[in-house]
Amino acid sequence: MRALSLAVGRGEFLVLIGESGSGKTTTLNMINRLVEPSGGRILVDGEDILAGDAVGWRRRMGYVFQGAGLFPHMTVAENIGVTPKLLGWPKGDIDARVDELLGLVRLAAQDYRGRLPRELSGGQQQRVALARALAARPRIMLMDEPFGALDPIIRDDLAEDYRQIHAALGLTTIFVTHDMTEAMLLGDRIAVMRDGELVQIGTPNELLAAPADDFVRSLVETPKKRARRLAEALRAAP
Amino acid sequence: MSEIAEAWSYLPGYLSAHVLLSMSALVLGLAISLPLAILAARSRVLGGALLAFAGVIQTIPSLALLALFYPLLLALSHFTTETFGFGFRALGFLPALLALTLYSMLPVLRNTVTALAGMDGGVKMAARGVGMTPWQSLILVELPLAAPVIMAGIRTAAVWVIGTATLATPVGQTSLGNYIFTGLQIENWVFVTFGVVAAAALALVVDRLLALAENGLAVRSRARVIAAAMGLVLVVAASLVPMIGGGGHRIVIGAKNFEEQYILGAVIADRLDKIGIATTERDDLGSNVVFRALAAGDIDVYVDYSGTIWANAMKRADMPGRKAVLGAIEQWTAKTHGIRDLGPLGFENAYALAMRADKAKALHIETLADLAAHARELKIGGDFEIFSRPEWRAVAAAYGLNFAARRQYQPNLMYRALISGDVDVITAFSSDGRVAQYDLKVLSDPKGALPPYDAILLVSPAHAQDQAFLAALKPLIGAIDLKTMQRANLMVDRADDKKSPAEAARWLEGRIGR
Repeated sequence: MRALSLAVGRGEFLVLIGESGSGKTTTLNMINRLVEPSGGRILVDGEDILAGDAVGWRRRMGYVFQGAGLFPHMTVAENIGVTPKLLGWPKGDIDARVDELLGLVRLAAQDYRGRLPRELSGGQQQRVALARALAARPRIMLMDEPFGALDPIIRDDLAEDYRQIHAALGLTTIFVTHDMTEAMLLGDRIAVMRDGELVQIGTPNELLAAPADDFVRSLVETPKKRARRLAEALRAAP
Repeated sequence: MSEIAEAWSYLPGYLSAHVLLSMSALVLGLAISLPLAILAARSRVLGGALLAFAGVIQTIPSLALLALFYPLLLALSHFTTETFGFGFRALGFLPALLALTLYSMLPVLRNTVTALAGMDGGVKMAARGVGMTPWQSLILVELPLAAPVIMAGIRTAAVWVIGTATLATPVGQTSLGNYIFTGLQIENWVFVTFGVVAAAALALVVDRLLALAENGLAVRSRARVIAAAMGLVLVVAASLVPMIGGGGHRIVIGAKNFEEQYILGAVIADRLDKIGIATTERDDLGSNVVFRALAAGDIDVYVDYSGTIWANAMKRADMPGRKAVLGAIEQWTAKTHGIRDLGPLGFENAYALAMRADKAKALHIETLADLAAHARELKIGGDFEIFSRPEWRAVAAAYGLNFAARRQYQPNLMYRALISGDVDVITAFSSDGRVAQYDLKVLSDPKGALPPYDAILLVSPAHAQDQAFLAALKPLIGAIDLKTMQRANLMVDRADDKKSPAEAARWLEGRIGR
């Protein structure tokens, strides 16, 4: 990582985009202190999080991992309740919270509570991972290509569902992807990264209107180009 | 049939001792290797060093590892006695426990380190990400996920330990190995088979139960894990039942590894039982081990031979005559160790060089001096200890004996080797019934280089003044002549109408005036 300066507003949905190895995941992991930066500061509400206790900090934010990262030996309910349990919530509160969250991610609580992750489809696993990240009522959500491994229909469904949850709960979300269509559909603002540096940050329209360089231009134009080609192909068809 | 019945009658005692030993070694081994493995999984250097160490332990022959712990513990016991005023039993349970504990460590270490170090990074990352401390990640995520692999290691360790525990017999720990060692000695193949089958069956049952637990952990079936745990508890509890009520102090009767010793041990046990003293036997002990064990109080009474004490314990090479040797031994054992020498039983079991009569005649060999002239063309067979004993060095030097080859055998196989011509001369025992049975020529010792070997009854310091105890054994003194002992020995040795040591002991009792 090079020098990186990034400000995210409260309630904002920020998408980090870039090619593999551009530093998206590392940025996310530094915010969660899974990777400790060699220098600099990370401020949340004016508080330097690097000064505090890393474990306590992680319990205050939600993290959805690439490929769900559910604990294979725990049931759905145990997976979702893990952070509240670490925080010492009473059992009754945890149970109620698990049911509430399963409803939020649109899984029937009585059917899914007792299942093990390997008994779920990829999309269902990702919904459980989302519920787990939300369990301790974080205000900040970190999401690392959460829907990357899913097939397109489920992926769109989930993305839309999450966008609503983000708005309804007033979350601040930092979302990593390498898919520009997804980025433009979800993000309030998009931060383009390359080789460990921030190339440009702005709303989808700002990036389209004034791309900082050819790289950004080709990135943001891809969804439009594809949409145009798709329309032509459909028109040409009998 | 009676042999099977007799073997069955020993099973409760042998099995409970075997299970107690194996289980303790496994539990102790786990208590040591699991935390070590957890540390090792986090440090490549420590992990490598630990696995290398456990690997080296595994290459030490198990019998040697067991045997090495005895002198080690004995020295430690001496040290603690002198420094802190208390000692402990260096023979029996403790050395066997420690050796088996070391043995059990490798599979557990290897599997635990492999499972923890090779764990999916995504899961560990997720554990940190949801806010677990490293310790919580270990307990809540890593260990549960590694459990099936760790369990597989525990299974391997359990099977190894149960099998190797049969080798605890020579260090004085009763086990299913008693069947095997005693059976091998008295050529009772029913015993040997019984021991092998019992140990294998035990290993198999434990292995199946642990496999059930392993499977239960793998598929997260609590019912299977509980069933396996209950099965294990049942096996252990059932085999330990004979120990209940058998507790309290028991007199330990020692025996070396040949027929005569088993028979005399049984005679002593019988006499003590009659006056209400509970006894237990420690068979198959080596000559040096058994004397030190008596001095240390690990055993309470046994029969030794004057020449053995004279040469090995007292390190004497001179030969003042039979009476003088006996007198000197009585004084020396009392003075240096507090051991009570009750006196000679009435027969001698001397080391004597013997040949097949036809071969001796053909070569015109009558004495050890005659033998020396032909020794270079002859092969000699001995038991496991004779060639390293001072008496052997003395007699070899006195006559200039130098053989073409030396071989070592279990005593009974040694006679077989002589008869079949594998060796030409053996270091026979004069009270052995087979000397007469096979018509062996015992070579005379004109220079008197071999010491006398009067059988003498030795009592540990703790019972040196125990009058009831001594009174029960005193009738044995001077009561067994050479012919009687030879006949008793032959009953156990012979192939036809073979008797067990206990039966021979009863016959011998009948010959002793009460």
